[in-house]
Amino acid sequence: MSFVELEGVHKSFGRNEVLRGIDLTVEEHEVVCLIGASGSGKSTLLRCVNLLEPVDAGRIVVGGTELTAPGVDVNRVRREIGIVFQSYNLFPHMSVLRNVTLGPRKALGLSRAEAEQRADELLARFGLSDKRDAYPDSLSGGQQQRVAIVRALALRPKLMLLDEITSALDPELVAEVLNVVRELAAGGMTMLIATHEMGFARDSANRVCFLDAGRILEQGPPERIFSSPTEPRTQQFLARIVEAGRL
Amino acid sequence: MALREHQRAGSRVGDRASRILGGPGGGRSLAIATLSTAVVLTALGLVVVTSPGWPEVRESFFYGPEFRESFPDILEQFGTNVQLFLLAEAFILVWALVLAVLRSLPGPVFFPLRLLSAAYTDVFRGIPTILLVFLLGFGVPGLQLSGVPSSQFFWATVSLVLVYSAYVSEVYRSGIESVHPSQEAAARSLGLTQLQALRHVVLPQAIRRVVPPLLNDFIGLQKDTALVALLGVVEAFRQSQIEVAGSFNYTPYVATAVIFLALTIPMTRLTDWLIARNRRRELARA
Repeated sequence: MSFVELEGVHKSFGRNEVLRGIDLTVEEHEVVCLIGASGSGKSTLLRCVNLLEPVDAGRIVVGGTELTAPGVDVNRVRREIGIVFQSYNLFPHMSVLRNVTLGPRKALGLSRAEAEQRADELLARFGLSDKRDAYPDSLSGGQQQRVAIVRALALRPKLMLLDEITSALDPELVAEVLNVVRELAAGGMTMLIATHEMGFARDSANRVCFLDAGRILEQGPPERIFSSPTEPRTQQFLARIVEAGRL
Repeated sequence: MALREHQRAGSRVGDRASRILGGPGGGRSLAIATLSTAVVLTALGLVVVTSPGWPEVRESFFYGPEFRESFPDILEQFGTNVQLFLLAEAFILVWALVLAVLRSLPGPVFFPLRLLSAAYTDVFRGIPTILLVFLLGFGVPGLQLSGVPSSQFFWATVSLVLVYSAYVSEVYRSGIESVHPSQEAAARSLGLTQLQALRHVVLPQAIRRVVPPLLNDFIGLQKDTALVALLGVVEAFRQSQIEVAGSFNYTPYVATAVIFLALTIPMTRLTDWLIARNRRRELARA
């Protein structure tokens, strides 16, 4: 059994069917990148895995627990799955330290000292120790996104979901965030990543899935998807990416 | 050319900062403002003092000896207004927050609570405050129920709390709704419960944003404390009525107005200053 299993996941917003039957598995320590045009369903898929959006049909199993079963404790599930958003979503009224310790203290019930020790270790690991007492407003986009990653990691999740985490960043800040993700991958973190950074997907993913209109049209190792995609839609999409100079 | 001159002296386009003096333009702006204010005030003053009835009005409303005599007594009774205001405000802040939170609970399970909260605000925002003061102040003690306070000060406080909490809960609610849903999503994604997300993430941001409109409502509350005079409670306004009845001179009313203004004007300025500061911060953030 794979660590993450999705079977026939459907999701509609009103009459707009965003996910039209997603089947996907992610093995432990695997890094899977979701690529595809805006509106193809990448973000919705990630939000469904974290139960931020309830699914209309289908099954989602993470680490042997079926999240879509009735009566599942969603708060317990979410503690084991970290998610990082495109727009950082840091809490503007809290310092970096409080942003990072909020989850461990309130959701895991850690003492303040334990939570702060855990936060300090993570902040040091990602070069953010000097920003410990700063407020999100005073940080660059790249620093904010790294804090958001640290905030998710502070719960020691078994799975990380990254939702286009570099799309809102100035180009020169993208690298510092992607390096953090590469480090996580090297450390064996299981990750499901929606991204427009094709270069990153090519060099860091174990597998790349191409989403089109709410379905996974094609998936495989990055070398194959990027060099010899079989589906015409994938070829079209990648051709446009190359044209835009982003691959 | 003339237009450009005008814009340079006036305020920047899009500048809606809430302030009266100051702003870009420096000394020239200040000079124009001073001159136009002096002209307008002088003109208004002339209209009043040259009016045919002015000598009589001055005698009955602005009579110095009467002002000096009544002022200390009214000021003493004004303590009741302040007491009423502080007591009511404390209850309003808490009760209105409860109402706003009930109104913001999502999902079909909480429908009855949302409905009740909405009905409450509809009813108490719809009743004129003066009517409620009468109904509760005379009606409830009239029931002669044992264990129910019959003090009219008590029922006056209750009336003000009921009416103002309906307004204030709407202010809170607008604050709660102004916090972007992604903030709650981020909190929930950390495993926080809905209540924890509300308590630690949504409410702190919401309340910070609504401090100026909250103060605005409290300025209204300060003035409405005068309504309890209608129940026979002796406070500043009632005292001024007593003074007027004794001397047949209306100057005590002016003295009361001065006392109220001394309390409300600083609060109004503070509110404006907070609004301007919030706006500066929003601009700096964007």
